[in-house]
Amino acid sequence: MLAFIIRRMMQSAGVLLAVTLIAFVMFRFVGDPVNQMVGIDTPQAEVAKIRESLGLNDPVIVQYGRFVWKALHFEFGISYQFRQPVTKLLAERMPATLELAFTAAGFALVVGILMGVYSALRRDSVVAKVFEAVSLVGVSLPTFLIGILLIYLFAVILGWLPSNGRGQVVRIGSWWTTGFLTSSGLRSLILPAITLGLFQMTLIMRLVRAEMLEVLRTDYIKFARARGLTARAINFGHALKNTLIPVITIAGLQLGSIIAFAIITETVFNWPGMGILFLQAVQNVDIPIMAAYLVMIGLIFVVINLVVDLLYGLVDPRLRMTMRR
Amino acid sequence: MTETPSFPEPVISVRNLVVEFATRRGPLRAIDGVSFTIGKGEVLGVVGESGAGKSVTGSAIIGLIDAPGRIAGGEVLLHGKRIDNLPAEEMRRLRGRKIGMIFQDPLTSLDPLFRVGDQLIETIRTHSDLSASAARERAIALLAEVGIPAPERRIDGYPHEFSGGMRQRVVIALALACEPDFVIADEPTTALDVSVQAQIIALLKRLCATRGTAVMLVTHDMGVIAEAADRVAVMYAGRIAEIGPVRDVVKHPLHPYAAGLMGAIPTLSSEADRLTQIPGAMPRLTNVPPGCAFNPRCARAFDRCCIERPEPALPSAALAAREHVASGHRVACHLYTAREDAR
Repeated sequence: MLAFIIRRMMQSAGVLLAVTLIAFVMFRFVGDPVNQMVGIDTPQAEVAKIRESLGLNDPVIVQYGRFVWKALHFEFGISYQFRQPVTKLLAERMPATLELAFTAAGFALVVGILMGVYSALRRDSVVAKVFEAVSLVGVSLPTFLIGILLIYLFAVILGWLPSNGRGQVVRIGSWWTTGFLTSSGLRSLILPAITLGLFQMTLIMRLVRAEMLEVLRTDYIKFARARGLTARAINFGHALKNTLIPVITIAGLQLGSIIAFAIITETVFNWPGMGILFLQAVQNVDIPIMAAYLVMIGLIFVVINLVVDLLYGLVDPRLRMTMRR
Repeated sequence: MTETPSFPEPVISVRNLVVEFATRRGPLRAIDGVSFTIGKGEVLGVVGESGAGKSVTGSAIIGLIDAPGRIAGGEVLLHGKRIDNLPAEEMRRLRGRKIGMIFQDPLTSLDPLFRVGDQLIETIRTHSDLSASAARERAIALLAEVGIPAPERRIDGYPHEFSGGMRQRVVIALALACEPDFVIADEPTTALDVSVQAQIIALLKRLCATRGTAVMLVTHDMGVIAEAADRVAVMYAGRIAEIGPVRDVVKHPLHPYAAGLMGAIPTLSSEADRLTQIPGAMPRLTNVPPGCAFNPRCARAFDRCCIERPEPALPSAALAAREHVASGHRVACHLYTAREDAR
């Protein structure tokens, strides 16, 4: 088991190395960073000095090594726009994005599984048909449209929930801020979380439904019925657990996407997260931020994949065997 | 021979059972008027081709016919009490506790994600008030009884850690966990190695004999029937063609279909190079011929076979004497009732 984890972590390191290479290449080839930093009237000598101080005259391989070394220490340089360390900028905005993403993922997972199980068990009921229709809408409507519709309905017409921002936040520790502890923070979270999670929710619902229908046809479910187990034990004990492997796979990948692609939702709801920071960075060719964002998302995906692999073993004893080898 | 007194009280009685499957073209009769009883400690073998309705009969008795199928007629009685019309929850309580079922493929009968012990314990605790530790003791005892070596260690194993034969032993332990009065074994050895088949059949027979469990043994393996069954029912197109004591039916089959079936069993002593075969195939359930379902394939069919459906009945007394037919041997064939009618 430990050998498996170590082997997987080494693979992850390889993946991250590739990601840093791409991020670094972006540095090198998307415009000249010095031009972004200096004005038109900066003297040539000054430009050369900045170039030297940034280490841009060193061989490429040395620059890459330095980039990786700094990345290992979570240093991604100074943002061109804000003249502040990129790490500090990201850290300030990370809590907002992560809280939104995990709330959305939790919502998608819980509601998606419940709806999926229900529509598999009561396949012909009206409610199941409604779920099916809703899921079709969720899969096909673009996120920004759903966000705008929700704002229009719940913020503009009904006035129940705030339409933008994060509400009041509480500081925990040196840099984490949370909206979970205030009522305005929680209220602000509802609409963006639903918007961000709706697509994943419908995806999970459809997946659970399909897998569940498959599992309910198997011999061990028939045998469980023949043993007189209660419907609850069969449906939620045996059947649901057997649908979990694909659900974990998809949910894991989707959690990565939720974090990485919260950009649209954050824009719609003016949510002060990393997404907006990234958009601004793209507009202003703020490469340090873009590179750091890329590396960070790579890291998140790699960690999630590792967790997913470990969860497989937790769910399925047969996979535990392959891990031991 | 006189009446068979060895199994006096029927544990399970099936009377005129009809099972239909709703299709777009109207209902499809998978089981058409099947009747039999099985006594305490008795093993009834049920043979027939695929699609003859053997497994559906078992599913109907235990109340597990999936939609669009349903019991359209007749009744099933357990110890003289009707169970085919019980509410779902009461029927669930009977399953596992009073009626057990063993499925064909031990590789797929067990939930791969749960330890075999947990599956046993959950079955025991569903039907009794035993504590978790008492149920575990009971589970270990059961595993020992079905011949799993080192049960106190193996109880924490997962299904994939057991061989096919061992898994079927676990399945038997699960089916018998609550000492049911009646067990349906649906082709319990078909998926197993020949060398293991005999062990499993012997085990099943021994366990049920010591407990006095009535068994319905569904199979298409005549060897299994000859070895394990007390009586045998031959099914054809959803009906019982012939039913009687196993030696009698195997040695002196009356129904032309049963005779053909027995003739198709290879024997080491037989001189014949080729086995006899029955021409044609079983009719699809959508077009079972009128009269006797077997009439298109029967060499001895006559006019009446195509018009009137024969019901399982005792052959006429004169015939029974001539053909050495044991009592309780019933056959659904006009060849054996025609003379009696004429009298």
